[in-house]
This record gives sequence, C-alpha cells and structure tokens, in this order.
Amino acid sequence: MTDHDSWLIRGVTIPGHSEQPTSILLGGGSVAAIGPELDPPDAKTLDAGGLIALPGLVDLHTHLREPGREDAETVETGTAAAALGGYTAVHAMANTDPVADTAGVVEQVWRLGRAAGHCDVQPVGAVTIGLNGTRLAELGTMADSAARVRVFSDDGRCVSDPLLMRRALEYVKAFDGVIAQHAQDPRLTEGAQLNEGEMSARLGLAGWPAVAEEAIIARDCLLAAHVGSALHVCHVSTAGSVDIIRWAKSKGWPVTAEVTPHHLLLTDELAAGYDPVFKVNPPLRTEADVAELRRALADGTIDCVATDHAPHPVEAKESEWAEAAFGMTGLETALRVVQRAMVETGLLDWATVADRMSVRPARIGRLTGHGTLLTPGAPGHLTLYDPAAPAEAVTSTGASKSRNTPFAGMELPGRVVATFLRGLPTVLEGKLA
Amino acid sequence: MKRHLISAADLSRDDALLILDTATELASLADRPIKKLPTLRGRTVVNLFYEDSTRTRISFEAAAKRLSADVINFSAKGSSVAKGESLKDTALTLEAMGADAVVIRHGASGAAHRLAGWVRGSVLNAGDGTHEHPTQALLDAFTIRRRLRGAEARGAGLDGLRVTIVGDVLHSRVARSNVLLLSTLGAEVTLAAPPTLLPLAVGSWPCAVSYDLDSELPKSDVVMMLRVQQERMTAAYFPSVREYSRRYGLDTARMARLPGHAIVMHPGPMNRGVEIAAEVADSVRSTIVEQVANGVTTRMAVLYLLLGGTEFPATGVAR
Repeated sequence: MTDHDSWLIRGVTIPGHSEQPTSILLGGGSVAAIGPELDPPDAKTLDAGGLIALPGLVDLHTHLREPGREDAETVETGTAAAALGGYTAVHAMANTDPVADTAGVVEQVWRLGRAAGHCDVQPVGAVTIGLNGTRLAELGTMADSAARVRVFSDDGRCVSDPLLMRRALEYVKAFDGVIAQHAQDPRLTEGAQLNEGEMSARLGLAGWPAVAEEAIIARDCLLAAHVGSALHVCHVSTAGSVDIIRWAKSKGWPVTAEVTPHHLLLTDELAAGYDPVFKVNPPLRTEADVAELRRALADGTIDCVATDHAPHPVEAKESEWAEAAFGMTGLETALRVVQRAMVETGLLDWATVADRMSVRPARIGRLTGHGTLLTPGAPGHLTLYDPAAPAEAVTSTGASKSRNTPFAGMELPGRVVATFLRGLPTVLEGKLA
Repeated sequence: MKRHLISAADLSRDDALLILDTATELASLADRPIKKLPTLRGRTVVNLFYEDSTRTRISFEAAAKRLSADVINFSAKGSSVAKGESLKDTALTLEAMGADAVVIRHGASGAAHRLAGWVRGSVLNAGDGTHEHPTQALLDAFTIRRRLRGAEARGAGLDGLRVTIVGDVLHSRVARSNVLLLSTLGAEVTLAAPPTLLPLAVGSWPCAVSYDLDSELPKSDVVMMLRVQQERMTAAYFPSVREYSRRYGLDTARMARLPGHAIVMHPGPMNRGVEIAAEVADSVRSTIVEQVANGVTTRMAVLYLLLGGTEFPATGVAR
C-alpha cells in the first residue's frame, strides 16, 4: 500500500458507534482505524464535519439494462448513478436482452461492472429460461460461474406456476441461493394499469388489485416453509402483503422482503394527471399502504430498501398511460427519500437506516465483503451523507442515462457527499471522483 | 369555463347550465332553412380519431361546420399514426398547422389529458378509453331536460330527477361522465349492474348502486342503457349473453314497470336483443334518435363556448 491510497475522514459521525464526531482512516482497501486522535502524516484528508458515515449502501434490485437496452442505461451509467446515490454494490436484475439466464450473460454483466469500477455489480440470474416461466434456467451453472450468482429472479414477471416455484426454491438450497419473487398473479393483472381503488375507478384505468400481489406472497411463504428454502419478496407494495410477511416471519420461516423508496413516499393520487412517470410495477398504492410499509420497514418486517431502479428512454414515458413502460429510476434519490419518509418521521434512526440499506440487503444477497458495519478491519466501503443539507428540488438530469424519476421537482433533504469503494473514493463533493 | 373539456368534472353547475342554455338557443336555429352560423369562421377544428366512431366524428364535424369552422379530419387509419407516430408528435404536427381546437377520440384513458399538455388549442375529449366522454353526458343531460323539463327550459337543472344507468359501468366512459355531470346538475343517479361490471371503488362516486334493475325501474324518470361490448361477453363478467339479457336487459315487460313519463336512453350503437329489446328502442319512450340530433346541437354549444366565437347574430346570446 502506498500512502496516497490512504484517506483520513475527519470529524464524521458514525451512527450507532458514538454520538461524538470521530475520524476514519481508510487504507489498504479497508477501514484501518477509527478514533478522534488519528493523524497519519501522508493520508489525504477529507473534512467531514456534520456528515454521517454509513457502510456503503447495497441495492438488491437494480435494472442496469445492459446488455440489450443501452439506450436506457449501461452498466457504466447505472453504476455511476449508484455511486452518486451512495451505493457500493448493486444487484443487476436479469431481465436484459438477452436474458441473464446463462453463465455467459451473468459473467458478462459481472465483468462490465468490474470494468466500470463505480461500484460492485452482482448479477442476479433468471429463474426460468427467457423469463418465460416454463423451464428452470441453469441455476447451478450460474452459481458456479465467475459471477457467483446467489439471487435468482424473473423480476418483471412472476414465477406464477406453483410447481416451478417450489422446484426453484428447493433447488437453490444446494448452493445457499435465494429466489427473489416478483409477486404478481398474471391472470388477476391482465391489462392492469393502476392500483385498483378510487383512483383507478375515477381515471378509467384498469385496476391492479392488491390481492394479485398478496395471493402470490402467501403461496410462496407456504412453499418456502414447506421446502425450507429462502424466499425474498421483491418490492412489497400493500398493507396486506406486510401482514402476510409478518405472519410468515412469526413462524420463523425463511422469508425476507424489500420495499422501494417510491412505495415509501408516493401514492396513486399522482396518477391523476396521467403522467406515466408515475407508472410502475407494482403500482403506487394508497396512503394507508404507504403508512403500513413505513411501519414494517421500521419494525423489520420488511428487511430492506431496494430501489427497483428502472430506467427508460424518454419516448417510453412520453405517451398515453397505457402505452408507457412501467418503472422509475431511483438510485440517485433513494437515501434522500428514506430520510424524508423514515428519518424525518422518527420511524428510523440513521443506525437502522444503515441496517436496512446496507447490512441486511448484503446479507440477503449473500454478498460477502459488503454490508459490514464500520469498524477497524471492515471493508473500506462507506457513504458520507449530509443529512442537514437543505431540501433541494430533485432534478431529472443525473448520471443515469434516463430521466424517469418520479421525484423531479420534489424538494428532498440531504446530500450524498462522498462514496468510498475499497477505501478509494468513487464520489467526492457529490460528483464522480 | 376551462380552456379544455376533458372530464365532466371540469364543469361547474353554472358551466353546464350555460352549455345547455346555449344548446337550447342553437336548437331553435336548427329549425331554420339555413342552419349555418358564421361564428367560428376562420377557426380550425381538428377531429383526431384513433378509434372508429363514425357517429361521434360526424356529429362533431357537423357541429363545427354549422359554426363555419374549417374542419380537418385526422383518422388514425391510413395516416402517420399507422406508421407508429407517437401521440406527442401528432400533437406537435397539429399545433404547427394551427389547430384552434382538437377533438380527440382515443382508446387509451387519459389520452385527451396528455394531448392538452402538448397543444395550445382547446382539447375536447370525444371519448378516451374507459375514462370519460363528456359531450355524450352533455347531450344526454340536454335530452333529459328537453323531454322532462320542456324544450324551452332555460337555467333549469335536473334537480330531483332519478336516472338509472344500466350495464357495463366498469368499462364505460359514458357512465363515468354521466354520473359526474348529472349529479352536478342535481339528478339522483343510480347505477344498476352485475357486481362484476361495477368498479370496486364505486362507493366513492356521487351515486347509488343496485344489483337489481327491477326494483329501480318503478322509481326511475330516466333509464339509460349502456352497450355491452363484444369483448366482455367472453371474459367471465357474466355467464352468458342470455343471462345478462334476462337480468339486465330492458324488454317490454320491464319497460312496463316504468312510470308513465319515464324515458329510455341509449348512447348507441345498440345491441338490439341484448341490453335493449327492439320494441323498447323503437317505442315512444325512446330518445335514441333525438340523442343523435341533440348531439350536434350540444357540441355546437361546446365548440362555441370553448373557442369564444362572436355573438350569435340571430339570437343575441351573449357570452
């Protein structure tokens, strides 16, 4: 290690560590030391007064779009957006073109991530060939590949066949895998556009019933218990889903769950202007759902925040509602949204935010070397965040290639000041390093 | 009044009465030998139709022409739309051609709303997906008022009248607009339909709901039958067309349960023998042909008021 690889982060507060500001010395890719009196002669110094240090954020649910839709996002631009949002690792979803259903594709995505260098990219493998829900993809081969895939998901589509879901859950036990289910009964959501309720009735948009999500979650929890394998529930969006997951966890079943930033803050009322920037799968729900999702994230029923960052080119959203693509970007705004929805409301303190956005998602993703609390010897992944930065309107222009953020124009607090990956900055002064 | 007419909810009671009163004035002109008025001379109205709907398009076309507007018909078939042009690009094209008003019929809910964000002219929603069809509701209200309150009724709402709307409310833009407009005008609206064809959240609408048509008929001043779309017939909304017709179709026996003064409406096109029996459609209670005539008059009133035409020289109706 050479001295210029060392960084001294001075005057920073580590939530859960101590109320007093301290210093963090990063060296050799790790947290070398923590303490107020550190003063190594040759380290670069970053004055972090007023900032908090969180372990580098981990996203369990990112769409990087490469290969296939490089017009919407690439591994390079998506991981740059991730770094700017404070992330040091993302799980790249499998619904690319070609689908990430072979060792070849997952290794390609993994290598593109290493080359980009903004954050670690952990590919997710498809559960079924082509996401078609009929035949299992070669899960073991993807697990054994250089990409070391552990999370498998047909995200964007639901593994709706109960027998296939059972087999998938059972099969991945052999290599400690987890099936991340996009819970959406296809028959109950044919043509569905918006949460089924007052808004869908008024706007004449085909309703997307909560039960379409809840019925699949209930079934999958029972299957996971039956075969004793790990189920992860993607983007939980309804109060009823929370009830089912709470019940499954009370039984001690191996079930985990995530919630997106947008489902923690936005409701279906936003569809009133038919702007498809608010069109997402699962759909925005009601205020009562938002309140319950927040409670569940606070009490741990929902394990983590995952962005479901879903970039789309302008033309995919500049259309009639029914024509438009589902999805929203989220990497660059996630932490600010969580501050607004969870911290400002008193539901989470920053130490628990670190748990929900770094520790637990890394654990669920079987991602060794991430999600480690900031202690001497831990990997040098961290996020410096200024929670006191005055609320500023979100702009739709960021590092992501796409502009479909539902938060554009919304004033959100906080600012990601710096991100460190393996002890070196990927972001400094809020800009790519 | 607002610049656009996208939802019946855009209309206050005063707005709606102004449209109906203006239509009443215009109806008196319709009996004259020369029907054309010069009020919108030099204005351009575009009929932008993404769905086949000859009756609505020619109704708007006739309305605009009788006000001397230039009319451009833009049909999705055989146009750049068929080549995959987006609604936004079409909107920008119309904008560049200087459309003062765009009348849009589109299969997607919210299309008129989106269009209004892209053009400077007025947007008139002529039916968007399963959302709304506000001029249909206006012509229905106009028809109800003429029949039950008198041809010369001015300034009158529909207060106290009981209107029963029957059929596929879930997918009906006609029903959505009518519930909003008729309740704004003081009518008591009841929706009668099988539960599968009502929105789950219908309880939040300003109307009553019944699953039993027969119990509603004796207290109805107006029965409005909705068309049963072909694609509903095979999607488990009801077991069979015959059963639907048996439970919710308006036949002569059911018509006999109506009060003597009650009228029967249908927005067309009808499925005779499904939601309405031929004898009922052709009976003296039926307003179905009048609705078509009133459609032109009501749409003239809407175009006139939205485009701010000059005063009617013949009648002196002031803005």
